[in-house]
Amino acid sequence: MISVQQLSKHYGDFKAVDQISFEVNEHENLILLGTSGCGKTTTLKMLNRLIEPTSGEIFFDGKNIKDQSPENLRRGIGYVLQNTGLFPHYTIAENIAIVPRLLKWDAAKIQSRTNELLEKLHLPADNLHKYPSQLSGGQQQRVGLARALIADPAVLLMDEPFGALDNITRAKIQSEFKDLDELTRKTIIMVTHDVQEAFELADRICLMDQGHIVQIGTPQELLFNPANDFVKQFLDAQRVQLEFKTVTIGNLWDRLPEGGLASISSTLNQNTSVWASLAAFENQTQQQLTIHNADGTKTVTFEQLMSAFHQYQQRPQV
Amino acid sequence: MNEHQQTLWEFMQQQSDKLLTQTMEHIGLTFIALLLAIIIGLPLGIFIARRQKFSGIVLGIAGVLQTIPSIALLGFMIPVLGIGPKPAIAALLIYALLPVIRNTFTGITGVDPTIKEAAQAMGMSKQQILSRVELPLAMPVILAGIRTAAVINVGVATLASLIAAGGLGEFIFGGISLNNTNMILAGAIPAALLAIVFDFLLSLVQKLNVKKLKVAVRVLPIILVLLSVIYLVPSAYGSKLKAGFTPEFMGRQDGDLGLKQKYGLKIHTLVISDAVMYKAAYQKELDVISGYSTDGRLKAFNLVVLNDDKAIFPPYYAAPVVREDALKKFPDLERTLNLLAGHINDSIMTTLNYRTDYLHETPEKVAKDFLVAQHLYKPDRNGSGDVVRIGSKIFGEQYILGEMYSMLIKGYTDYRVSTKTGLGGTKICFDALTNNQIDLYPEYTGTGLLVMLQPKQKVVDSLSTDKNKTYQYVKAEFEKKYGLKWLMPIGFNNAYALMMRKQQADDLKIKTISDLKRYLDSK
Repeated sequence: MISVQQLSKHYGDFKAVDQISFEVNEHENLILLGTSGCGKTTTLKMLNRLIEPTSGEIFFDGKNIKDQSPENLRRGIGYVLQNTGLFPHYTIAENIAIVPRLLKWDAAKIQSRTNELLEKLHLPADNLHKYPSQLSGGQQQRVGLARALIADPAVLLMDEPFGALDNITRAKIQSEFKDLDELTRKTIIMVTHDVQEAFELADRICLMDQGHIVQIGTPQELLFNPANDFVKQFLDAQRVQLEFKTVTIGNLWDRLPEGGLASISSTLNQNTSVWASLAAFENQTQQQLTIHNADGTKTVTFEQLMSAFHQYQQRPQV
Repeated sequence: MNEHQQTLWEFMQQQSDKLLTQTMEHIGLTFIALLLAIIIGLPLGIFIARRQKFSGIVLGIAGVLQTIPSIALLGFMIPVLGIGPKPAIAALLIYALLPVIRNTFTGITGVDPTIKEAAQAMGMSKQQILSRVELPLAMPVILAGIRTAAVINVGVATLASLIAAGGLGEFIFGGISLNNTNMILAGAIPAALLAIVFDFLLSLVQKLNVKKLKVAVRVLPIILVLLSVIYLVPSAYGSKLKAGFTPEFMGRQDGDLGLKQKYGLKIHTLVISDAVMYKAAYQKELDVISGYSTDGRLKAFNLVVLNDDKAIFPPYYAAPVVREDALKKFPDLERTLNLLAGHINDSIMTTLNYRTDYLHETPEKVAKDFLVAQHLYKPDRNGSGDVVRIGSKIFGEQYILGEMYSMLIKGYTDYRVSTKTGLGGTKICFDALTNNQIDLYPEYTGTGLLVMLQPKQKVVDSLSTDKNKTYQYVKAEFEKKYGLKWLMPIGFNNAYALMMRKQQADDLKIKTISDLKRYLDSK
């Protein structure tokens, strides 16, 4: 859906982004990950022409983005900023309605779409006439998301959208974010420096360093098939947790012992991460967990699960 | 003249017409200039916020303009824009420009860049970002600039009266010249109140919340335009000729009051500083002015004095005034100073003034040339006696006389001399003399009579026609009251006079003030 070809941005001799190319599929969530100064934000901003590239091309659905005016391009792309970028002199309702007004929607349409989003984003309707400063950080970020989503753009660009939130609020919004139907229908490119967040939310991760793409792939590919030592070292500090969270029961299925007790009810399935499965052991008093899969049902103990995971770590079948 | 001490309130009531006019003029001037400053400054501020490489130079120029002393700025304006409201508004505009430009620039560049980026990323055009995001967010800062400009303008507008643009400065400067505290306060208090009131009102606007601010920003220009229009209401009556009188002349019995009472002169009058009055007459901005009969510019600008046929301007003999104890201390002093007596008549004095004021020769050279020509000059004896301290007021004629006395004393006696020239005005010279800071200075009998002695009107009336009577009266009273002695008159008298361009006076066949009145009343 999005194709980036030989994209560069130079500031004098400094190459902020140097000859990068990548593709993003429709409804995919690609996360640009890297330390500050790696070029990830510059790349993001070139996608909606907030920054014009020095060289290279970007195509949306086969159309070069240079072929339309920046204003029209941007009205069709949602944009979420780290510090929300809400207009302090606009009410929440006015903030959400910025793009529809530019697109000259009628008031009734704006109203109904606003209400729809408020509900989905768990924002109380009485906030509409307040100003951004009267809302909490988490609420402001939700408003920022509503503003980006209201015109139902096919593409959503997010620049460290959860960066300014405290840990608890961030975790809550992240989990809502994963479940939001509005977002599963979108092609999303998100910038973050938070490895955990990237692994939690990404379909694919694009790891960048010094203006280059070091590796682009699924979280598992980065973990178990690092392209080089940089990738390995970048993830090492949080490797254990990332692996637990990334590997799913489906990955381990073949390594788990056969036979299941259908009598034990369970909510676990093949998409459940090992991390979540371990949490399920904590919450339940029993020693065994039953997992349902398309192939059948298996019942495993804590030790069996850990053993299968350990084997997988040694020899992943990616 | 002083039997009844008038209170400020009485003065303001008595002059309420003038007070109202001046206040209106003051408000009008302030706000026309403010409106223009906003019309020019706001776009300029926006421009330099966009192209920041120009910000240094634009703010620099506006800053330099701001530092030009206001009187000097008014002076610069006259050759270009003449006198009256135009140069005054231009000058006020220049002072109001910097705060408006600077605050617009600061306000816009101070808008949070994330907010600007968000606006851009939503797909707003530059114009939309400016009008919907940058200007509304910068508005409190911009309003603060406008507020500063308004207060500056209320202050500077007092100076507008010096170039015939009216305003409360007419009372303030008239009061200073006439040593009339009530008059000063009648101008200064309303001016201060205006500043406070405008500052307060604009501070209210600045503190409004976002919604009300939107309304206020729309209403404000309308109010500004209305306030500006006040000034444009044409003055009540015009006449064929335009007069420019100094603030002092306006308030003096031997001035505008006398012209009205004794001649019944009705002429469209502007109040103007004597510094620019002569030139304005020369440039045909004014037709009739109130000058001094020996002023050098009379000759420089080819003006003629109208004959005072009803004698409202008392003759002012110039003569040295000396402390009596100084005369005892320096026995040769009186004789030496009197050497000059009778040697300088009006036209000689005018010529001498012309050489310093217009040809820019030094007073020293002019004084020496004159003494040499009159065979009075003797070289400096480099004596080692006590020091005679000579004072003079702060205008050309007094400098020349001071130099002459200094040369005579050095040439004819062994005393040494120190000159303290440029003592602000009459009051400062006189106080210096009575407090033993100087020993003598040249003074005019009319000033001695009307400013220092201030006798009853009857006495003034009985003296005003005869310059010898005035001299004798002043001489006797000064000895009695202050222990000061008037020496022999130098010869010329420097009095108020009405003047016109020679060409125009000849064309209209106006020789006397009565002629002028007849011409004004005809048709």
